[in-house]
Amino acid sequence: MGKYLRRKIIIYLLTFFFAVTIDWVIPRFMPGDPIRTLLSRAAMRTEAMDLLYNYYNKVFSLDLPLWKQYVNFWVSLFKGDLGTSVYLFPSPVFEVIKRAVPYDILLLVPAILLSWIAGNKFGAFAARKKRLDNTILPIWYVITATPYMWLGILLAWVFGVVLGIFPISGAYSFSMSPSLSWEFIWDYLKHWILPFGSLFIVQLGGWAIGMRNMIIYELESEYSRYMEAMGAPAKLIRKYAFRNAVLPQITGLALQLGVIVAGALATEVVFSYPGIGYLLLQGILNGDYFLIQGCFLFIILGVLIANFFIDIIYVIVDPRVRRGMSGETA
Amino acid sequence: MKKGTILVLILIFSTILLGVTYKRNETLYAGGGLWAPPNNWNPVTPWAAVTGTVGLIYEPLYLYDPLSDEMIPWLAEKGEWKDLNTYELKIRKGVRWTDGTFFNADDVKFTFELAKDIPEVYYSTLWKWLSSIEKVDDYTLIFHFTEPLYHEWVTNLYQIPIIPEHLWKDRSKEAILTGANENPIGTGAYLAETYDQDRMVYLKNATWWATELLGIEPTPKRIVYLRAMSNNVALGMIIKGELDISNFFLPGIPTIKKFYGIHTWFDDVPYMLSDNTAFLFLNTTKKPMDDPEFRKAVAFAINSEEIVEKVFEKQVLPSNPLGFLPIDAWMKYYDEDVVTKYGFEFNPDIAKSMLKDAGYVDKDGDGFVEAPDGSKIELSIIVPFGWTDWMESIKIIASNLKAVGINALAEFPDFGRYQDELYGGNFDMAINNFGSYLSVTVWTFYHWLFFPISDYQANGNFGRYDNPEVFKLLDEFNRTPFDNVEAGKEIVSKIEEIFLKDMPAIPLWYNGMWFQASEAAWTNWPSEHGPFHYPCTWGGRWQLGGLMMLTDLQSK
Repeated sequence: MGKYLRRKIIIYLLTFFFAVTIDWVIPRFMPGDPIRTLLSRAAMRTEAMDLLYNYYNKVFSLDLPLWKQYVNFWVSLFKGDLGTSVYLFPSPVFEVIKRAVPYDILLLVPAILLSWIAGNKFGAFAARKKRLDNTILPIWYVITATPYMWLGILLAWVFGVVLGIFPISGAYSFSMSPSLSWEFIWDYLKHWILPFGSLFIVQLGGWAIGMRNMIIYELESEYSRYMEAMGAPAKLIRKYAFRNAVLPQITGLALQLGVIVAGALATEVVFSYPGIGYLLLQGILNGDYFLIQGCFLFIILGVLIANFFIDIIYVIVDPRVRRGMSGETA
Repeated sequence: MKKGTILVLILIFSTILLGVTYKRNETLYAGGGLWAPPNNWNPVTPWAAVTGTVGLIYEPLYLYDPLSDEMIPWLAEKGEWKDLNTYELKIRKGVRWTDGTFFNADDVKFTFELAKDIPEVYYSTLWKWLSSIEKVDDYTLIFHFTEPLYHEWVTNLYQIPIIPEHLWKDRSKEAILTGANENPIGTGAYLAETYDQDRMVYLKNATWWATELLGIEPTPKRIVYLRAMSNNVALGMIIKGELDISNFFLPGIPTIKKFYGIHTWFDDVPYMLSDNTAFLFLNTTKKPMDDPEFRKAVAFAINSEEIVEKVFEKQVLPSNPLGFLPIDAWMKYYDEDVVTKYGFEFNPDIAKSMLKDAGYVDKDGDGFVEAPDGSKIELSIIVPFGWTDWMESIKIIASNLKAVGINALAEFPDFGRYQDELYGGNFDMAINNFGSYLSVTVWTFYHWLFFPISDYQANGNFGRYDNPEVFKLLDEFNRTPFDNVEAGKEIVSKIEEIFLKDMPAIPLWYNGMWFQASEAAWTNWPSEHGPFHYPCTWGGRWQLGGLMMLTDLQSK
């Protein structure tokens, strides 16, 4: 186990280093000059503009040679400093992320976890019931294939405008200031339910279809047939099939959770819901090196941590990995 | 009772008290000028500041009303030229900063002199033609100029927000130029109360000076300026009556206005006031756009009416040949004779014959003209991806140009690349309107159109039209006393003539002052029937009428 972990950790550190380097390089190859973009909003005379341009270039250390910028980047990264956002000048990148990401976490974690649990349950259940499978599966396919934007706008229109049950924008009523009152929590939930629901519905189909296919495959496999021939109870066979089928789903789940810091752009736009996705997009459009770097740093960390957990969870849930590690043969 | 239950009960009772809900009839919900989470209230970097920083919190010396073409004394009581180089400014008495300190001439002097000490402040070039500011008493300042730029001076008067000396004098250069200035203290009608990712909340300043001195008072106790991330959300909220005023461009207003009772400035076409002119810039450093005859032919080939009807559903007006906005401040310089003589109109036949006369003919029979030297012409027109109204517009322009034999293609690079190509001078043709917004003098418009050329052309004259004569005339106009309209006219007519003869850029249509309002909670919105206020809540523009609009609103 120790050797296995050590090897994994070295691989992860290397991956982190290269991924972060790429993350640093790519924005700088994009067209556009972030400082010019920032200043193009200002109406001023050329002389003052040039002075200000040079000043901001210094503030953002963009006047240094590239290699120096790169070294400085790592140095300040270890100090926990991600730099200042250009698009959201003068907020520090860490502040920007800290203020926006909680909305994503509160929206995406429940949506991903609940749709995963429900999807797996339904998928496994449907795989065994021919009739259910024939009726519900096509619906799932339709839902999964629906363009999210369209579904979101439809939900917002029907529940928000036509029926008027739910609000159509914001994280809580524009007439409220946040407080720890029931009234506020209720209001927050009312705003949360449509974005959550839309994500839940769309993801549910994907998980369910995956699970259903996997279960059918497992139930058709040699070991299931063998057990069946041996007269094992159906419940036991299903239990084994489920445990095998759920493995790829765990990987999928962990990866989904890993990229939460990327936000949910479409949801944010359709429901005008705060989050990091829209800011990241604007950062990219405005050539905001620092915001892009910062967001992707967390995405890289998220994916790596998620993968690391998968590795560990596999050791626990999959005996084959456990045996392979200690050199046993199956 | 169990301990847990008691705890929960205490929690419920204590927290219910904390909740604050704004009353509907005291709160104005506004949108259209906030695109990023609020994070900057620095009046020294107004382009990066939250909308309302200038106008609601910090105030300028004058307001400007583009509808009546009037400069309204605001923090200044009176200002006049004593002689050609001396400007006397009387400061209003009885104005207070929101921390209670009295406002006086020192604050004004400090605001201007800040740009002398820190040349990076955006209005610092003022000091090239201003030599000193003399304080006569606490409410009188005399500005001594070396060679006053009168037109630029007037725009400064209503655009530079005055900042409090006692709170800013000890700040470092870094804090002034890169600070966020949280908890801003101004003289304005509102205070920055709170903010979150998707909103900025302003609270009325109960002791605002104008209530006592001018007898006006903004009606809404709070302004919640919200950030809607897409048009359909803004439209839905207007329909539901959750958004009171929207400065978003919303397609379809002409169709749905009646059904939902959406208020606009005009009851009928064009619904919106004009705010700025959209131009087609032609890169004069590239062939064949370096040829004025070719550029003029392009002007004759474009059908702006078609764009106005198909793309904007007549929410905008086609531009006049000079690109002057239909406001008195500019139109008084509009020379009909020059326009009749050198102007253009949509006429593909003339465009075709102009091309032919200039030597642009189709030699290889592919349906498109070649340059006089025989080289092929293949031009691209660019606008940023996602700017749907502009995207549709350049599709029409491309087909207009094809109709007269010019091979042009509509292209939609992302915003970063659009800027790179436009500012770097690599584009062929592009639409832009960033500096053509209405102002007190047509000088701002021409300053943008004929901006001095540099390596990176980010602030106007994107086609890099280089004509020393025009630059000289424009400077001359700037040096003409603001009230001497006759002398100004003479100069501007010459500029107009050169513009129409050379056609460095082609005016297309006037983008609207997008304004839709809901009467669910607030009435007496500005309209063509009055009250006459320019209904603008965009950043840095509240002093054009948005602020006065607030004083006339009535709660339902």
